[in-house]
Amino acid sequence: MTTEKQYRVIGTRPVRPDGVDKVTGRAVYGADVTLPRMIHGKILRSPHAHARIRGIDTREAERYPGVLAVVTAEDLPDVDVVLAVGEGGDVNMRDASHNIMASGKVLYQGHAVAAVAAVSPHVALEALKRIKVDYEPLPPVLDVRKAMAADAPLLHEDLFTDTMGQRSEHPSNIASHLIAEEGDIEQGFREASVVVEREFVTHTVHQGYIEPHAAVAEWRDDGQLTIWCSTQGAFSVREQVAQILKHPISQVKVVPTEIGGGFGGKISVYLEPVAALLSRKAGRPVKMVMDRAEVLAATGPTPGTYMKVKVGADAQGNITAAHAYLAFEAGAYPGSPIGAGCTTVFAPYRLKNVRIDGFDVLVNKPKSNAYRAPGATQAEFAAEVVMDEICEKLGMDPLEFRRKNGAKEGDWRPFGPPYTRIGAIECVEAAQASEHWKTPLVKEAGSSRRRGRGVASGYWMNWGGTSSCTGRLNPDGTVALLEGSTDIGGTRASIAMQFAEAFGIAYERVRPQVVDTDTVGYNDVTGGSRVTFGTGYAAYALAKQMQREIAAKLAAIWEVDPESVTVEGDRYSAGDKSVNLVEAANLISEQGQQVVTSVTTTPHNRSGAFATHIVDVEVDVETGKVEILRYTAVQDVGKAIHPSYVEGQMQGGVAQGIGWALNEEYIYDENGSLRNASLLDYRMPTALDIPMIETILVEVFNPDHPYGVRGVGEVPIVPPPAAISNAIYDAVGVRMTTLPISPARLCAEIMAKNSARA
Amino acid sequence: MAISLMSGKVTVSATVNGEPTEWLCEPRETLLEVLRDRLGLTGTKEGCSNGNCGACSVLLDGRLVNSCLVLAVETEGAEITTVEGIRGEKGLTPVQRSFLEEAALQCGFCTPGFIVAATALLQANPSPTEEQIRWWLAGNLCRCTGYDKIVRAVQKAAAEMRGEA
Amino acid sequence: MHAIQYAAPRTLQDALEILQEYGAKARILAGGTDLIVQAGTGARSVDVIVDGKRIPELMHLAFDPADGLTIGAAVPCCRIYEDPQISRRYPGLADAVSIIGGMAIQGRASVGGNLCNASPAADSVPALIAYRATALIVGPKGEREVPVERFCTAPGRTVLGEDELLLSLHLPTPPPRSGAAYLRFIPRNEMDIAEVGVGVSLTLDEQGTISGARIALAAVAPTPLFVPEAGDSLAGSAPTEESFRRAAQIARDASRPINDIRGTIEHRKHLVGVLTRRALERALERARQAG
Repeated sequence: MTTEKQYRVIGTRPVRPDGVDKVTGRAVYGADVTLPRMIHGKILRSPHAHARIRGIDTREAERYPGVLAVVTAEDLPDVDVVLAVGEGGDVNMRDASHNIMASGKVLYQGHAVAAVAAVSPHVALEALKRIKVDYEPLPPVLDVRKAMAADAPLLHEDLFTDTMGQRSEHPSNIASHLIAEEGDIEQGFREASVVVEREFVTHTVHQGYIEPHAAVAEWRDDGQLTIWCSTQGAFSVREQVAQILKHPISQVKVVPTEIGGGFGGKISVYLEPVAALLSRKAGRPVKMVMDRAEVLAATGPTPGTYMKVKVGADAQGNITAAHAYLAFEAGAYPGSPIGAGCTTVFAPYRLKNVRIDGFDVLVNKPKSNAYRAPGATQAEFAAEVVMDEICEKLGMDPLEFRRKNGAKEGDWRPFGPPYTRIGAIECVEAAQASEHWKTPLVKEAGSSRRRGRGVASGYWMNWGGTSSCTGRLNPDGTVALLEGSTDIGGTRASIAMQFAEAFGIAYERVRPQVVDTDTVGYNDVTGGSRVTFGTGYAAYALAKQMQREIAAKLAAIWEVDPESVTVEGDRYSAGDKSVNLVEAANLISEQGQQVVTSVTTTPHNRSGAFATHIVDVEVDVETGKVEILRYTAVQDVGKAIHPSYVEGQMQGGVAQGIGWALNEEYIYDENGSLRNASLLDYRMPTALDIPMIETILVEVFNPDHPYGVRGVGEVPIVPPPAAISNAIYDAVGVRMTTLPISPARLCAEIMAKNSARA
Repeated sequence: MAISLMSGKVTVSATVNGEPTEWLCEPRETLLEVLRDRLGLTGTKEGCSNGNCGACSVLLDGRLVNSCLVLAVETEGAEITTVEGIRGEKGLTPVQRSFLEEAALQCGFCTPGFIVAATALLQANPSPTEEQIRWWLAGNLCRCTGYDKIVRAVQKAAAEMRGEA
Repeated sequence: MHAIQYAAPRTLQDALEILQEYGAKARILAGGTDLIVQAGTGARSVDVIVDGKRIPELMHLAFDPADGLTIGAAVPCCRIYEDPQISRRYPGLADAVSIIGGMAIQGRASVGGNLCNASPAADSVPALIAYRATALIVGPKGEREVPVERFCTAPGRTVLGEDELLLSLHLPTPPPRSGAAYLRFIPRNEMDIAEVGVGVSLTLDEQGTISGARIALAAVAPTPLFVPEAGDSLAGSAPTEESFRRAAQIARDASRPINDIRGTIEHRKHLVGVLTRRALERALERARQAG
């Protein structure tokens, strides 16, 4: 296989198949679903961050006019089963059940305690006010370091620390302690001529999808349950709902609607099982839609952290040792992305002596969830700021340092096999060759403004996963392509393009559809940067399988050996017989036959995606405000199937990274109450906060995919916080080690530096 | 009192996407609620319900507004245009077409709001600079694209509408 | 269930009658960008919403060099900055009304509503104070005028009686050789509530000495804060960096901010100093251009 191959479809930029519906308002998202006799559900949420529930009195709400059903945790069965939930990793379904409806204790402000279904959302909200919950408030623990202390209030009295398979003696808020080790770091630090060690703090951030969670459930009297919802994985919803409700999976059908963004936050279920229970009780379809405050307070943001990173390098600029201590806030139940944090923290580098300690720590905040390259952005922020300081101390160009120490095929990585062919170094070289890097930056910009440039690299592993596709050859030679991967950012196009390429037809002759769980084979979630890779792989396999079936059917008609039928584009030939696809379709259908083909594939994806970013900032030294002047993102994309959507993923990831770097954070008061649960005060970047984002696509063929595709969606969020912190240092000489680098934080550091100098 | 208060269900008449439309609603209901839940115009999206995301952008008497910050009863006699009412003579408008061609949408949820806002912008200013586009669209949050391709799509549509492309 | 009643009176008299009957339970609706959210979330208890936008006096906007500027209480922000003459004569007001929310907010939100909502962070209020604006209030006993700096009494509270409404704002014509500016600091570049806002105006005499100045602050006290001593410190001074710094220091000392999700005490006090100086510089530039 070679990257130099000429393609007909791959690499072009066609209009996406679902595009017209999305620019005309016709596309149906979660909250747009309406069913006959549908009623509306709302959730009562805890005002306390930590409290014991002494009792819940729902009688008055049940009597309230217009109320048709009320549920609490009492309506949920006991479950104790561990399920792999997409990028969220292995999740105990008992925790998932308690997270959607508190049992015994509430563990964060916003934790669901009861739900009501009524004839309108307003009636449901009024009824919620009539539910009496008797709470015994308990002291909350909100900071990861405090939660790790031996005398910290415990969230779960039955939780013990798992240290690489060893269970702790006493219960603890630390759910697990991971250790990855290679070589001898003591020796490595002795060999170093410069050593930098710094501490880092990052705060909780949210994925910030614009569409709030929404679900409609209809539980029929025969036990058939259908759920329409906005999700990254219809099959995952089916499994989670079946487990949480102890309902046979065969009786659960999930219909994925269009999804208004997810970024990892729409994998776990929140509303779906509750809507199902309400529907069962009320005997009517139930719709539930979160408001924005619920989304922020009670879904799955991504963890705040405390981190310590120490790196040593010799005088020639070779890294001799690296140590990372990463403590991630899991939230109310175990399961932060600490494993991924450990895997990615030093990923762009070739390391001989390394130790990584990772801690999964419970705090009284919502159960954290995946957010685009989960765990990597925090961990690599810490590592990449330390690397920048190493370069400063060595007087070394930061890109040259990254090239010199760059990871290559065969190098060690934590918890995994060595790297396959990767593009870490190619990205750095492309950054070095970029127009941006070669253009000098003027640092003075008026009396109160200073400019600086920073770089950072990042890594995110790719996941293969299982995907299924079904293809049906229509009499006109077009193909109906049924997929189960919900399309968050144009994957109908990227899958259809790969199918068209492999099947030898035009892109326009493929009609992709995302269908429900009864209509197509199993698909893992849209996550882990896997759909264009994994479902694309399935589409490729489907095209090849359909060609073989068509050839076999033609061989039977022509009475020739199937092996003798050759396929060239859309033309099928054997001896003097030759038909195009339309003719073949007609021949086959005249025989009373059809080509309807299904495949399921689970390819390995041992590879991953690297990125190197360059940013220029301007700091207002009097206010601490940072302006992004110019941004260039370089990324190894393997093969860009639809380059516009690859660029779009990179630009979108950068924008989220900029938000994380500068302004986004959860602000809790001392009682654990979230103070900024709105899009006014949870400050995501607007169009005015971000410049045009230049993209450089590096294509290093991924040997695990027929077209060399790598997952591109996640890694672009990783480098921005570190690159921006490094650029701020270049501008004003202060190392920002806390995220976000808000104006107040930066201003305080600048003033401290100025007064130290004076 | 010379004027009586409206309470319970109120009849409101307005022109919605060019069609005379009448509906019943309570005074508390926002235009967003009425569009989506009473008129079935679900192209207008709810992202925050307090004017901070722009997903519910519509035109009210030609002026860009957040429909979550308008009471439906206020629109008596008004002209309302939602994304469903934005249509060109040959189907898609230049703004809609350029959003597709420039890949200016990913999940598509904020897209109706952007289409409405960009349409209003180009009516008010046929030749906006990049800064003016960003300023005008700052009330519409997009979490997927980083805005780059949206700005380019608006620039391209503007050029086409000026007859330059 | 809590139901809201609604009326859209066409005359001032009708509106006043409703207020007389319902008192504190009734609220005037102008642009609705605060009220509709507050009523919807229950943050403000409202039984009767009185749409003011069909009352001609509340939608009146006029400038006359002799009388100054009159802004009906329900006039949306966009009408102010879209009027070239008003924008030119009152650039400090245009600064403020063009940054209240995004375009969709500015098409609805009114200066009168911004004032009546009585948020300490209201962007338009320091600019109004800098321009010596007065509020014309009407009630069953007739009209009264209140300087804008005395209009807000606490967060969310004003001098308006239960049976009164704000009819209009009046801004005198700025004297020759005067300039004004409003600057605010927000973490993003749009769509945020001010962490600090500063409105200033200054007038030069024929020699270029400052004859008078006014400075008002947002988001650093329970109400918009007029700091007369800061402006007074400039009277009779040359417009120099030193005199601006002195005025900025007085403004900073007068500010008494709190820590909240939008800013810290330390950062806010610091920003008052920086923004006051920068706003004075901008106002000076405008005063010199005004000639």
